[in-house]
Amino acid sequence: MPVQKIEKSDSIIPRKAGVAPGEGAEKGLITLPGEADRLDDLGGSTYVTTKLEQVVNWARGNSLWPLPFGTACCAIEFMSMVSSHYDISRFGAEVVRFSPRQADLMIVAGTIVDKIAPVLKKIYDQMPEPKYVIAMGACATSGGFYRSYHVVQGIDEIIPVDMWVPGCPPTPDGLMYAILKLKEKIERGEIRRG
Amino acid sequence: MSTLTKLSAIPYTGPAPTNRQPYLPVDAPATDARGAEILAKLANPALTQEPGQDMVTFLVEKDRIVDVLRALHDHADLQFTLPLEMFGADYPNREKRFDVIYQLYSLLNNERVRLKVRVAEGENIPTSVGVFQGFDWYEREAWDMYGVVFEGHPNLRRILTHENFQGHPLRKDYDPAQRWLLTEQGVSIIKPKIAPEFQQTEEESDFERVTLNLGPSHPATHGTLRMVVTLNGETIVGAENEIGYLHRCFEKMSETHTYQQVIPYTDRLNYCSAIINNVGYCMTVEKLLGIEAPARAQHVRLMLSEFYRISDHIICIGTNLVDMGALTNFWWLFQPREEIIALAESCSGARLLPSYLRVGGIAIDVPSTFMAHAQHLVSTLPKFIDDVEALIMKNRVFRDRVDGVGVISREDAINFGFTGPCLRATGVPFDVRKASPYLGYETYDWDVPVAEGGDTYARFLVRFEEMRQSIRILQQAIDRGLPPGPVMVDNPYVALPPKEKVYNEMESLIYHFKLIMHGIQPPVGETYFQVEGGNGEVGFYIVSDGTKHPYRVRARPPCFPIFEAFGKMITGQTIPDAIAALGSLNIIAGELDR
Repeated sequence: MPVQKIEKSDSIIPRKAGVAPGEGAEKGLITLPGEADRLDDLGGSTYVTTKLEQVVNWARGNSLWPLPFGTACCAIEFMSMVSSHYDISRFGAEVVRFSPRQADLMIVAGTIVDKIAPVLKKIYDQMPEPKYVIAMGACATSGGFYRSYHVVQGIDEIIPVDMWVPGCPPTPDGLMYAILKLKEKIERGEIRRG
Repeated sequence: MSTLTKLSAIPYTGPAPTNRQPYLPVDAPATDARGAEILAKLANPALTQEPGQDMVTFLVEKDRIVDVLRALHDHADLQFTLPLEMFGADYPNREKRFDVIYQLYSLLNNERVRLKVRVAEGENIPTSVGVFQGFDWYEREAWDMYGVVFEGHPNLRRILTHENFQGHPLRKDYDPAQRWLLTEQGVSIIKPKIAPEFQQTEEESDFERVTLNLGPSHPATHGTLRMVVTLNGETIVGAENEIGYLHRCFEKMSETHTYQQVIPYTDRLNYCSAIINNVGYCMTVEKLLGIEAPARAQHVRLMLSEFYRISDHIICIGTNLVDMGALTNFWWLFQPREEIIALAESCSGARLLPSYLRVGGIAIDVPSTFMAHAQHLVSTLPKFIDDVEALIMKNRVFRDRVDGVGVISREDAINFGFTGPCLRATGVPFDVRKASPYLGYETYDWDVPVAEGGDTYARFLVRFEEMRQSIRILQQAIDRGLPPGPVMVDNPYVALPPKEKVYNEMESLIYHFKLIMHGIQPPVGETYFQVEGGNGEVGFYIVSDGTKHPYRVRARPPCFPIFEAFGKMITGQTIPDAIAALGSLNIIAGELDR
């Protein structure tokens, strides 16, 4: 039976006519836009079959909760990225958490020196799985132009990194691009750890 | 006479700088005369004047340094009450290899004095903490960097480097890339000392004392500050601050790079107002070279300095209010800040850290839209400032959190060596732009905002008013217009020749090659120059040995004494007060730890 759209509804989600909401919910009566035609091809069935893993990855990729480990100049550009002009909330990553227990994306923004390295490791260990790390800027990536006696030459000496962002400091667009790339990577299910 | 022919690319007729020539400051005779006067007033046999310096300079016998400092501090006609700086320098070939340099400022006479103490390795200097409380951390730093021991110092341990560090990195024989690893086991446990006024009350108290660690990764510490506080109930009875979590070795890196290559490092000192650091560094090197940037470059430097000062205050106010739970102001103020950053981006191509200045001018000319863009900003900025001020200044919740919080008295602020908005919030009208004007600040009509009280509220008032005064300066600068002319000095030993001439003319090619390979080579000597940064006096002390590398670069960090006093400011208050006070001090880890 083809899905009928209710013409006057404000909702963009088409519903089957004549069925009260809630009734027969397990049959998947609510369909997403554009799904209707595809469901027709499936012979009227309204089930969506997928892998649990894919749904989970899709959800994870779209709700990253960043923990800014901001130490230096890059942290100011991180602030620009979350604030009004660039507005990372358009991509679902605006819930900035300073507690490692509540975050799944660590953005290491700034130079990591030997004195703070144990702290970085400890905070990374405190984050629950799954967790992702973005090394923002030249210093976090490789020590930058501080080839000196007190600077860690790249945070991958200490913790694993998923994305490296070039720049000193990177522009907010650059960091945003990294978050979007990480989101794609998570949705493809490429990151396995722990 | 120059060796150039009349067909030369750059019509330069001045003398060719030959290196290893001594540096002669222009006002050296006047300085020497003033030094002799001070010497006569003090009548202390431990002092010897060192003539021909850019600042009144005395050599002091090491055992008498405390007496001399106290005499300079107490003398009624001199009153060198503000300790600006204390740092070391290393000359390994000398018999007494270390210089320990003290710089003091007199608010009474608006003058500076430099004291030098020479010590050999293994010799001790008596500590001067008894005269200037602010020298506590400076002495720890000198010990950490050079291994100079200060006898009688209450807490002489490493400050910038970590606990497992071996050796003293700023010594000339230390390899710049030699690292030492710190593991979690190596991290020391800090126990703050209980302030004297709370020492007796433990038995009487109903509470057990708790030591709480805040930071270095904490939402309110803005980077990498660490506070350890001891609490009696909710009251802080002892606090100790630990820094060095962003010690990026600016001074060692400067010694291994050429004069022009140091400019990007200076950007990253106070990264909220990067241009002002550039101005300070470039003008110090220019002072050493005896040159002056063209009028057009100076005008651009002044305008960008003021814009970055506003941007610095916006970040301070915005994030401080976020710590207190007012998020709206942050969103609202970051919009104009983004436009200020866009102005810098249109000039230099970089956003936050433009590295736009060069020794002798600015890198390239400003775009044609520069003045229109600046006028647009100056017209729109007051609205944002007024809006935020209206939102908070009559807000009961806000006032309850800032009134009388984080108080520092005027005497303490001076004794610690405060400068900038935090000093002006205690009622001292000291601003480098007025005290020793540069870039033509004396020709502008503006005021130094001063507030009474020295609390968080006073610091807010000063910062708001300073933004308005900056806008006032900017409006006058825009009305005067950009002076025509070049943006770099006409001196091939400092400025690169234009590219089209490099490709077409032999002399220009040679100059280009010489400057790239051999760098700028200032005369041999030392100098200090200061500008007003977002947080206070940003000064650079540079020693040149005539080669392309600076022998010693010292950046005066305005945050350093301010954060040093923070423990004193919060003792007797609560943790939420400490958070509100910390934000208002605008501690930037980049210049605090360097």
